[in-house]
Amino acid sequence: MTKKRDFKAMLSEIGPFIGLIFVFVLFAVLTPSAFTSFYNIKTILTQSVIIGIAAYGTTFIIVSEGIDLSVGSQIALTTVIVAAVLNLPASDPGLFYPLLALAAGVLACTGVGAFNGFIITKFRIVPFIVTLGSMQIVRGVAKWIGKEQTVPTPDNWLTNLMLIDPSPSWLIFGPGVWLTLVLLIVSAVLLKYTVLGRYTFAIGSNEQTARLCGIKVDRMKIVIYALGGLLTGVAGVMQYSYLTVGDPTTAVGLELDIIAAVVIGGGSLSGGEGSVVGSIVGALIMAVLRNGSNMLGLPNYVQEIIIGSIIVGAVLIDQQKHRLRATG
Amino acid sequence: MSSPVLRLEGIRKSFGPVHALQGVDLNVRAGEVHALVGENGAGKSTLMKILSGAYQPDAGSMTLYGESYAPANPLDGRAAGISMIYQELVLAPHLTVEENVTLGAEHARYGWVRPRTREVERVLTDLGQQGIAPNARVSDLSIGKKQLVEIARALLFDARIVVMDEPTSSLTADDTKALFEAIGRMKEQGLAVIYISHFLEEVQEVCDCYTVLRDGKMISTGRVADTSIPRIIEDMVGRSVDELFPSSNHEIGDPLLDVSDLQGRKGLPGGVRFTLHRGEIMGISGLVGSGRSETVRTLFGLEPATGGTLSIRGHDALRAAWMTPRAALNRGLDLLSEDRKEEGLALNLSLVFNLTLSDLRRYSRAGFLQLARERSDGAHWIDVLRIRTGSVEQRADELSGGNQQKVCLARLLQQDNDILFLDEPTRGIDIGSKAEIYKLVHRLAGQGKAIVMISSYLPEILGVCDTLGVMHKGRLSTVRPIREWTEHRIMQFATSGYDA
Repeated sequence: MTKKRDFKAMLSEIGPFIGLIFVFVLFAVLTPSAFTSFYNIKTILTQSVIIGIAAYGTTFIIVSEGIDLSVGSQIALTTVIVAAVLNLPASDPGLFYPLLALAAGVLACTGVGAFNGFIITKFRIVPFIVTLGSMQIVRGVAKWIGKEQTVPTPDNWLTNLMLIDPSPSWLIFGPGVWLTLVLLIVSAVLLKYTVLGRYTFAIGSNEQTARLCGIKVDRMKIVIYALGGLLTGVAGVMQYSYLTVGDPTTAVGLELDIIAAVVIGGGSLSGGEGSVVGSIVGALIMAVLRNGSNMLGLPNYVQEIIIGSIIVGAVLIDQQKHRLRATG
Repeated sequence: MSSPVLRLEGIRKSFGPVHALQGVDLNVRAGEVHALVGENGAGKSTLMKILSGAYQPDAGSMTLYGESYAPANPLDGRAAGISMIYQELVLAPHLTVEENVTLGAEHARYGWVRPRTREVERVLTDLGQQGIAPNARVSDLSIGKKQLVEIARALLFDARIVVMDEPTSSLTADDTKALFEAIGRMKEQGLAVIYISHFLEEVQEVCDCYTVLRDGKMISTGRVADTSIPRIIEDMVGRSVDELFPSSNHEIGDPLLDVSDLQGRKGLPGGVRFTLHRGEIMGISGLVGSGRSETVRTLFGLEPATGGTLSIRGHDALRAAWMTPRAALNRGLDLLSEDRKEEGLALNLSLVFNLTLSDLRRYSRAGFLQLARERSDGAHWIDVLRIRTGSVEQRADELSGGNQQKVCLARLLQQDNDILFLDEPTRGIDIGSKAEIYKLVHRLAGQGKAIVMISSYLPEILGVCDTLGVMHKGRLSTVRPIREWTEHRIMQFATSGYDA
């Protein structure tokens, strides 16, 4: 009985991995040499960085039975703020101004997240509505700061973060990929092995129980949304690095890809379920699909149909697992 | 005596290695209310799922009105006239009574729904419920009225056998009376009712026949008039009732909690005062809605206080309005919620997560959880409370009601606070688990803890508590030693607020 249960639990943990291996092998068979080349694998990893890092934050929010629709706008805001700060000095930005730009971008998104959390808890408005509103507000602010156009920036080291072939070649992968890995470990530990993570699960599973057990639910939610914003800010800096300009119209609808990554990775929109590792695997599945489809020369619409089906399919499989568990 | 309309013979059902039913017989006659009783896990639900067609039996036969009956799914069961009224109601709250009653059986012409108001009124009248308007929104009705709407729905669908699973577990006394009247009317119309309940007093009041299940076997069956409650309980638990309530062996000591003039929203509570002592088990009785739960929830900071103070262990009086659950926990209070599914447990989290949730400070250092220690302590409590489970990792929603309640209690034990508010600690759980919880409450009092126990079940209050206060419309009577109370006196204060 216990063994069987453990097996099922394990299956639900590694389910997304199996999916990832499946799509990878599929494309490796269909387009052997091009797809499996080391350069292409590095490309796929780099393409997962932005969605991946933002998905870490969204994982916390979804596990706590929340949602954040303003993530795409936050990323756009970050690119614009980073660009604006980089344009402050008259000459070469050097080492300091990029750092300041990074901090300003991340801080701004943390603030947006905390603001979302504050409105949600203080006025008891559902997260979907609050973040639907802030999605527009933040997008508007980004366009305001960027004066409704892209903001060019001087050469600086931030733009090296998303290179596929890093400049000191011994790094093998670009700094962005390494940062994604480090943040994966930090976020996974935070969600699984700290009091903060446990409270996140408790609030998402049953907010009333959390309250009964003395958890300061409102305060925790603000922290969770702020943490989501912080990671979104980092993703936004990566987006800047990729674009090398500030662009207030970038990342429209990206939050849906990010939510999809979390859901494919086992996150449940009704809260109390999800994992950071699952979410990055979800992001990788989507990146592999996009990349592989491009290699095959499949048109864009085919990719969209496939990814859409995978989102629904992943949830369907997850529900079947729950049903198995309920009767077994 | 007429011959049975429903006859189950030698029903067997196994789930893997678990033999849920081991050859059960059940005979139900028309115009009869047949009680199906047994502890949780005795096989009642499985038997009813087989009857409704949700499960197929491994062996055995069913006959309905003399014809062989073998439903392949619940739709077959419904078509054959078997109707299930579940504990969790399945009505659409935004629709009206009529829309709910006729849902799935609308009479339509060209896609337009034709009203069936008259028919709906007729079935409601048949149930003695002229008071329910067909155009009322279901969300505006009390739980009891909703249940009657669901029964009306069964009647409209020409049900011949109605199965009710714990129908009164969340009803007020008035609603229960209305339900019993409806059951009486259904009997007159020749319907058969199978009535599943833990409340044996109700069984005695409303049922004609009974069948006791234990461990998947039929233990006894017969007419309710020919037996007694203690006999039924003995059949259910396999031992005598005298062992149900433990004998008191704890001493009442110094005051631990002093509450004065506690006020809450809408006058619930309205000026409650009492003093709780070390080693005291104080019962709070009263009707649903009299402010029993609100009193302890306000003290615990779950509901806002509008006035009043509490003093803990003789410390300075605190304003009740300042209490929060965290502050209450830190000051030595703890609360067992009356609703373990909605509030008491985080159902899709593991048992051990639930156990330690209020006390993670003890299981963490600098914010990092000490998972190994948490697990071993979890295993300890599973052992102590004899929680039947696969492992500490098992999800709370996979446990039976009694075991879930033990997990809730284990959280309180783990927290180890001195002042415990137990709100309906034995609601909806089997008698074996109840007895274990009574023993536990006494053991806690023996350790010098102070306990407030709220219960709607008078025999339990009288059997377990040392002192008792009764609530009426937000007011708490004088707290007196239990021997000064009788069921009559309790009901008198509960219904009139008059203390003789």
